Amino acid sequence: MAENKPTQTEVVSEQPLMRLENINMVFKKSNGLLTDKHIHVLKNINLDIKQGEIIALVGESGCGKTTLGRIITGLLQPTSGNIYLDGTKVTGTFKKKITSYNQVQFIQQDSYAALNPVRTIYDSLYAPIKTHNRKWSRAQIDEKIEELMSLIGLQPSSQFLTKYPHQLSGGQRQRILMARAISLDPKLIVADEPVSMIDVSLRLSLLNLMKKLNEQLNMSFVYISHDLSTTRYIAQNGRVAVMYLGEIAELGNIGDVVHQPRHPYTRALIQAVPIPDPDFASYDELPLKSMNLGSLENRTDGCCFYDRCLYSTDECKISVEYQDTPTARVLCRNLGCVPNQPIYKQKQK
Amino acid sequence: MNENIIEFRNVSIDYPLRKYTIRAVTDVTLGIKRGKITALVGESGSGKTTLSSSIIQCISEPGKIASGDIVFFDNVDGEDKKIVVSKFKEKEMKPFRWKRVSMVFQAAQSALNPVMTVEQQFVETLLAHGEDKDKQKQRARCKELLEYVKLDAERVLSSYPHELSGGMKQRVMIAFSLLLNPDLIILDEPTTALDVITQSYIFNLLKQINREKNISMILMTHDISVVAKFADYVGVMYGGRLVEYGKVNDIFRKRRHPYTEGLINATPSIIGDIDKLKPIEGSPPDLMNLPKGCIFSPRCPYAQEVCVGEEPSEICLEDGSKGRCYFFKERDNGRK
Repeated sequence: MAENKPTQTEVVSEQPLMRLENINMVFKKSNGLLTDKHIHVLKNINLDIKQGEIIALVGESGCGKTTLGRIITGLLQPTSGNIYLDGTKVTGTFKKKITSYNQVQFIQQDSYAALNPVRTIYDSLYAPIKTHNRKWSRAQIDEKIEELMSLIGLQPSSQFLTKYPHQLSGGQRQRILMARAISLDPKLIVADEPVSMIDVSLRLSLLNLMKKLNEQLNMSFVYISHDLSTTRYIAQNGRVAVMYLGEIAELGNIGDVVHQPRHPYTRALIQAVPIPDPDFASYDELPLKSMNLGSLENRTDGCCFYDRCLYSTDECKISVEYQDTPTARVLCRNLGCVPNQPIYKQKQK
Repeated sequence: MNENIIEFRNVSIDYPLRKYTIRAVTDVTLGIKRGKITALVGESGSGKTTLSSSIIQCISEPGKIASGDIVFFDNVDGEDKKIVVSKFKEKEMKPFRWKRVSMVFQAAQSALNPVMTVEQQFVETLLAHGEDKDKQKQRARCKELLEYVKLDAERVLSSYPHELSGGMKQRVMIAFSLLLNPDLIILDEPTTALDVITQSYIFNLLKQINREKNISMILMTHDISVVAKFADYVGVMYGGRLVEYGKVNDIFRKRRHPYTEGLINATPSIIGDIDKLKPIEGSPPDLMNLPKGCIFSPRCPYAQEVCVGEEPSEICLEDGSKGRCYFFKERDNGRK
């Protein structure tokens, strides 16, 4: 990027780092007969990821958030739709030009499974750097690894580099994964539930590390989680996309979405999050008709939340469209009927 | 009637290994209140699972109770009967398990047998405990319980575990734990693998069971926000010690033990000030190599000279709360 002329850089910085356009993902479920079932996992996803932004994908299990994360990372090819990275179309080129895609990296949930158990930490960090920088000497790579280790706060690095994954704690392994992800200086990191397997007292320090990387290196993060509390912490100034059955139900700034959710599903989701304060304990029924996630099979053009929504009308069954509110973009045609007061009032002292 | 249903009296649990012995639970004295929900909070390795599974002698091998007693108070026609369950032989334990104390496991998918239908598993348990052999009655009982946990009984009974979703399996496990009308249910992280909406349903359901059937519960969790919502009493565990115990409201308001305070301060929430959150520095204790003195002292921001000398013993206060900290009585971060 440094070699680009100034004028070109300006053009680049105006457009989003990554643009997802009408992404659809259909998985085939074979039942051994000729009648394969098609499962529409993602439907018409449009999303812009800006440079240096933290954007969170939240939703129940099975809502397609990990699938979307894998598509962003290039691990999966979408069935239809286009992805633009820095203005260049990258869909369809993953396999051929995989090196051009090293600007996007992935942090896995299970740090134990993500690291090779028979390789030392040094080997795990060395391999990707060597693969992508063939001409680098050993000393250069060592220097780079040293720099990474100090960035993620594992010091002195010699104590950790010679160890094997099982000799490190979960939090340390997760830090190694972060080091590996940033070792190629990516612009975008997809983190799939990076702290869900980490002890509570260590979670915050890992999230702080991700915040630091975001601020210092101006890396964009896609934070995938089902936990809105940690999401609110990391994406403090960022945006959140609430996903439901493969569609983005609500997209807006995290503060607004958490404080004053508009989509009926988001309202239920926020109300379900337990709050670490006994004064807020409530046993009210969630504003949902049923607790079962709808089916991904046989989807219609209508609203996929129709069955569980308290405010749905017959029209919702037929079609659904995005509406822009002052704070968010909401996939609901019936917003007028959905209450819009905040879920939690500010605490009275 | 004794207000406690289970009492741990100076219980220590060891895992003897080839070269050394690891003490997973150290000198825990704790009463579980009848008809209430007691939560045990702690990070992984804090000994909460070991402690609660010792009630039904299900500590994973090679762990065993090194010292102390676990006493179960049976209530027969208004009269208390004291049973020392930790002295039970396996033969005596078998009828006690599930009939008096049952358990809901963390991973419902691995707790259910994958090659048996739900009905077969329910019936197997009924038969093993010498319940009525009448098939009609058995089926009626299973259906009643599954409907109680708001499942479609007909469908679920004939299903195999893989045909059910995570939330459904966990509800099957809850119905399963109610099968023999126990007095106490141990819940081992019942919602860890589930998403928030299912979690909310499960906890509302468990609260309903607790109120309607008056079943006492022990909830093990690492998530302090769940405790705030669900429990009546809470014990905080750290490195095998019970470092603080008290009513939920007291614990959250007063935060007497520095570890509890750190834990609450480190838990993100969807309301409140983000900037006030801060992690607990350092890492959890290594049970093979415990620090001198108070085991939390290396991470404690308030640690003083006395803390690194000898380990503090339990300090009990008048309001029933207790804790292991030299400054337990003086420290009161009370929010007015």
